[in-house]
Amino acid sequence: MLDNNQLLRFTTAGSVDDGKSTLIGRLLYDSKSIFEDQLEAVESTSKKKGHEGVDLALFTDGLRDEREQGITIDVAYRYFTTPKRKFIIADTPGHIQYTRNMITGASTANAAIILVDARHGVIEQTKRHAFIASLLQIPHIIVCINKMDLVDYKEEVYNEIIGQFEEFSSKLLVKDIRFIPISALLGDNVVNRSENMSWYQGAPLLHTLETMHISSDINKVDARFPVQTVLRPQREGFIDYRGYAGRIASGILRKGDEITVMPSGFTSKIKSIDTFEKEVDEAYAPMSVSITLEDDIDISRGDMIVRTKNKPESAQDLEVMLCWLNNESAKPRTKYIVRHTSNEQMAMVKEVIYKIDINTLARSGEDKEMNMNDICKVKLRTTKPLLFDSYRENRGTGSLILIDPATNQTVAAGMIV
Amino acid sequence: MSKYYLNYLDELESEAIYVLREVWAQFDNPVILFSGGKDSIVVTHLARKAFHPAKIPFALMHVDTGHNFPETIKFRDDLIESLGVSLIVGSVQESIDEGRVAEEKGKNATRNALQITTLLDAIEGNKVDCAIGGGRRDEEKARAKERFFSHRDDFGQWDPKNQRPELWNLFNGKHFEGEHFRAFPISNWTEMDVWNYISRENIQIPSLYFAHERKVVWRNNSWIPYSEFLQLDEGEEVVTKKIRFRTLGDITITGGIESEADTVEMIAQEVSAMRQTERGNRTDDKRSETAMEDRKKQGYF
Repeated sequence: MLDNNQLLRFTTAGSVDDGKSTLIGRLLYDSKSIFEDQLEAVESTSKKKGHEGVDLALFTDGLRDEREQGITIDVAYRYFTTPKRKFIIADTPGHIQYTRNMITGASTANAAIILVDARHGVIEQTKRHAFIASLLQIPHIIVCINKMDLVDYKEEVYNEIIGQFEEFSSKLLVKDIRFIPISALLGDNVVNRSENMSWYQGAPLLHTLETMHISSDINKVDARFPVQTVLRPQREGFIDYRGYAGRIASGILRKGDEITVMPSGFTSKIKSIDTFEKEVDEAYAPMSVSITLEDDIDISRGDMIVRTKNKPESAQDLEVMLCWLNNESAKPRTKYIVRHTSNEQMAMVKEVIYKIDINTLARSGEDKEMNMNDICKVKLRTTKPLLFDSYRENRGTGSLILIDPATNQTVAAGMIV
Repeated sequence: MSKYYLNYLDELESEAIYVLREVWAQFDNPVILFSGGKDSIVVTHLARKAFHPAKIPFALMHVDTGHNFPETIKFRDDLIESLGVSLIVGSVQESIDEGRVAEEKGKNATRNALQITTLLDAIEGNKVDCAIGGGRRDEEKARAKERFFSHRDDFGQWDPKNQRPELWNLFNGKHFEGEHFRAFPISNWTEMDVWNYISRENIQIPSLYFAHERKVVWRNNSWIPYSEFLQLDEGEEVVTKKIRFRTLGDITITGGIESEADTVEMIAQEVSAMRQTERGNRTDDKRSETAMEDRKKQGYF
């Protein structure tokens, strides 16, 4: 087993028509991640449905309703491993009514695969997917121009679609974008290099996923340690032990670092960073550790330990890009519970600044109603200051969710501007 | 210069520890559902790490079908003692005796579905508000849709079409009286990851996972262990084979595979070359295409 193999999470948004399920099926099949009993089940269903050969799309079938309707409703997670990396696919539906699921899948992804049908070029759905990928700040975007077999593998088609894509994506914030011409159905440039497109000099999809640089995807500059819980064993050998347990949200922490506990503002030094096995000299995101300090300070869940020289912002009035996730529309001036890092308090949407039409990217200041799948820029007021960084700089401390205390439902996801 | 990224197993471990600590912080009375199988053993091991140097702050809950491998029960009791945690047992036999459920009839009868009632009774009776399980999304298509924090209504039911969205690492465990949650810290692990981790961490597992000689019966394409609970059909023959189990469940439905693998390393190697899913030997999943989804909706693990 290769010890340095990393984990890459990617999302695929799209519908059956784009060939999304076929692409995932192809990745799983060609990377030998499909088991015989799964293959047999799919073969027999393919036959029942009258398909010739194996319908790769059936590998991603999920719940009863999805099977019956032939659609994806909810995010499904799939796994495969190659000798180079382990992969987690968040397979999400592409239709507009499932924007919330796309956002869910995108929230933890290193990369997004956006499928474009070579025959149709960039359509509204493509723009929507690209917008969501940029809104959620997915570090890498791979545009797969699919069904190249149906356009005779022509280079001009590929170039034309790249042109269309770049025309509108210049308005988006995307760090890394690549284009790959593929045929998911026939396997061109998915796992194996295509023999039909010698004009394409780039790598096939799987190789791209296996080699792209992802260690910089998490912010390693700003040390942020939200305290999840306090460990007080009160047993022999650890009578005075008081460890602050949490997962480092970003940055690197070292033994001896001068730190400030927020919001109290008390300062101290890191005495030790402990894991189950041993004490370590330094730890970095996303490690789960337990930290002890030189001084006895009152710290509890929801507090944040940061380096004294590099603090997050602290404010009660925030501008947030909010995606409404619930079928019950937002109620004006209602108090919601906000969850941000390990912190929880009440918040109110003071004002909807504008709503974005996610197909055209046009902003409207007129329509202020937040319904399911709407994306709005809002002013949020919290009861106490939140300790945050902008989402663009720090996914871990820039993201939040709203919960309706009347139903306990998660009703919105927010990215702090 | 040091590297500042985790390998995949460390990242999965860190994620699981985060989930376990989040459970502890968000719920009043969580338990670990402990079956004696490798997944719940790994979850228990991760819980030890998550709260070290304090001891695991949860009880372990075992739903006892009464059709156990004796090895599993011994393993469970030894582990409980070494960890110093308490054990809650929900007994399917008691549920039957009390008339809460009726035993299935016939040759393929199992107590698999009966566990649901016992489990939900144990959750309610012990005022458990979160049951931590070793379920993994790669196991089965209904499980692929599970959240880390998965809501159950006051009847213990799962509503897969109406799940709370789960974004970033922000988990919403809010619930009303009578409702509970299931939490799945190793959601993102595959069978292979679990074996690699057991090997790396040198985690003790029941001897049943290693190749051993056992009396078995060939049924539904796998070797079902011979036990007092098994009704033999005409033509079925009890033979002795060198087998091991890929999953551990009720003794009447857990099929073994012929194997020579008697170390964790050999098992990991065997699993990586395996062409059948691990639940392929579980007759409980073979009853219909949506067998797992149907059971999960009712409150199954």
